[in-house]
Amino acid sequence: MELFINGVKETGEPCTIAELAARKGLAPGALVVELNQQIIKQEQWSVTALQDGDRLELLSFVGGG
Amino acid sequence: MKDDVLILGGKSFTNRLLTGTGKFAAHAQIPKMLAASGSQMITVALRRIDATAQSENILEYIPNNVTLLPNTSGARTAEQAVRIARIAREAGCGDFIKIEVITDMKYLMPDNWETLKATEILAKEGFLVLPYVLPDLPLAKRLENAGAAAVMPLGAPIGTNRGLETRPLIEMLIENCTVPIVVDAGIGKPSQAAAAMEMGADAVLVNTAIATARDPEAMGRAFDLAVKAGRAAYLAEMAEESTLARASSPLTGFLDD
Repeated sequence: MELFINGVKETGEPCTIAELAARKGLAPGALVVELNQQIIKQEQWSVTALQDGDRLELLSFVGGG
Repeated sequence: MKDDVLILGGKSFTNRLLTGTGKFAAHAQIPKMLAASGSQMITVALRRIDATAQSENILEYIPNNVTLLPNTSGARTAEQAVRIARIAREAGCGDFIKIEVITDMKYLMPDNWETLKATEILAKEGFLVLPYVLPDLPLAKRLENAGAAAVMPLGAPIGTNRGLETRPLIEMLIENCTVPIVVDAGIGKPSQAAAAMEMGADAVLVNTAIATARDPEAMGRAFDLAVKAGRAAYLAEMAEESTLARASSPLTGFLDD
């Protein structure tokens, strides 16, 4: 399965958003996920299976003025 | 002064110093700065995660009683700003959004045209929109008509600490706009924040000058005092300036008269 994560192509086993976040060691608290330009709420991560060709944005809030 | 509240998007604030979370040496300085300054609204930015960096959640450093003002920094078009705003709201940051659309990377001048387009879209979607702009009266009126909750003109380019270089243009906004005017960017010293408030600005937004001071907590306190002093002076209505001296003591009744 091919995914585009933050604009970079990655290949991996089929998984949900929750599994992907865990695999990448990302703490859920700070993470904001956009899938094909739709925001996916944290409650939905474990039931949202990623499809081949999906475009994911993994975002977080940072310091800014 | 007790009832002197700032209304932004229908929400009341008793403190007129807005702050930012950028450039702090450590996130742990942020809650201390907030407590010392009394600031009730603070900006945050949204970025792609950096998997190599420590994944601290900056939101955990902002107490619940402080209103979040996510910004759209990084946006180069109205469409990108709208997308960032929607993400921030979905992520639980509330309805406030600071629109910041910048294409000029040398002076970081806001793109007023794209900012207006984004304001029109987001205000219709129920966002409480605070657009960051180069002070321009016709534009400010258009932002107002589009439903902006305030207009935030820059005093000087972001991070320059040069103060109120655009002063006469900001004065036109203060004189003619019905929405609050928040001077954002360029304020480097408490005295400059006080000057902005004395001339009738409704609030100021300060980030760099506080975050990069040797002691951000103490500088937050200093800015709070300056904003309060400037506001109090504005409400007290200042005495007139004059070219020639006017004696403060009587000029009659000297001993040798």
